[in-house]
Amino acid sequence: MNASVPHIEVMRSQLGRARGLGAGHSGVGHWWAERVSAASLLPLSTWFVVQMFRLGGADHAEVVKWGGKPVNATMLAALIITTFYHAQVGLQVIVDDYVHGKAHLPTRLLIKIGTSLMGLLGVFAVIKLVARSSTGK
Amino acid sequence: MQDIRKALYVGSRSDGTLIERPMSPHLQVYRYRLSMVLSISNRITGVIATAGAALGVFWLGAAAKGPKSFATARKVTGNPLGKLVLVGWLASVVYHTVGGIRHLIWDAGYRYDKEELNKDGPVAVGVTAGVSTVLAVALLAVAGCRRSKRAKAGKVS
Repeated sequence: MNASVPHIEVMRSQLGRARGLGAGHSGVGHWWAERVSAASLLPLSTWFVVQMFRLGGADHAEVVKWGGKPVNATMLAALIITTFYHAQVGLQVIVDDYVHGKAHLPTRLLIKIGTSLMGLLGVFAVIKLVARSSTGK
Repeated sequence: MQDIRKALYVGSRSDGTLIERPMSPHLQVYRYRLSMVLSISNRITGVIATAGAALGVFWLGAAAKGPKSFATARKVTGNPLGKLVLVGWLASVVYHTVGGIRHLIWDAGYRYDKEELNKDGPVAVGVTAGVSTVLAVALLAVAGCRRSKRAKAGKVS
């Protein structure tokens, strides 16, 4: 047992905390975003592994031909968007847990910008591949 | 007591007097358990999987840019060190997938008892090792075959 009896000056009950969303005012949405993107990545990444068997050791022309097919381009873009969305949501939790104080906000912004840019780069690469295969180069 | 977090650690006993509830002890006082390694590994492999995905996007970008850039990318992926990185990425993705599936099962309300967790941990390690090895060997073999076939046909890759 503690020697000193604690004394609370904060006007907040356990029930109020549970009902009123707590200090962050959100969290359930983020939790769902992580799970739904994770579940979506299961079929998408399985598809990608299968495609890698078709593409392992392929030369440029073969990759362009592969990426130019509408179904492949669609799946690839979906995989890229979901991957970097899931990465953003997941890395945010890691930063929230381990980075404190003044470094927290810049690190979180860096994660957000970095994953968004990588996702955009991937999507534009897919678009360029489609354009490349339609011109036959 | 001004800090909200600290204040929320205050509980009351059945006679109504307030007590400070115990907080988690520091990491080093825990006995080693496989589950603690598997837990942090899920985060670490998540970070590695993201880094690998970024490399994958660069590979795709090289293919989009043109044959010259793609030849450079192939030099990287064909290099032994590059292959090692690819295999590491693959193993990380496989473990993160296995760990993720376990998380989804726990979220659905299953396999979260102490005995079940301790039973499933080694299975997760075994599945990761098996699937990673099979996929890595098969993918490297397929890529190697395709390369040598093209070299025999005399095509410049």
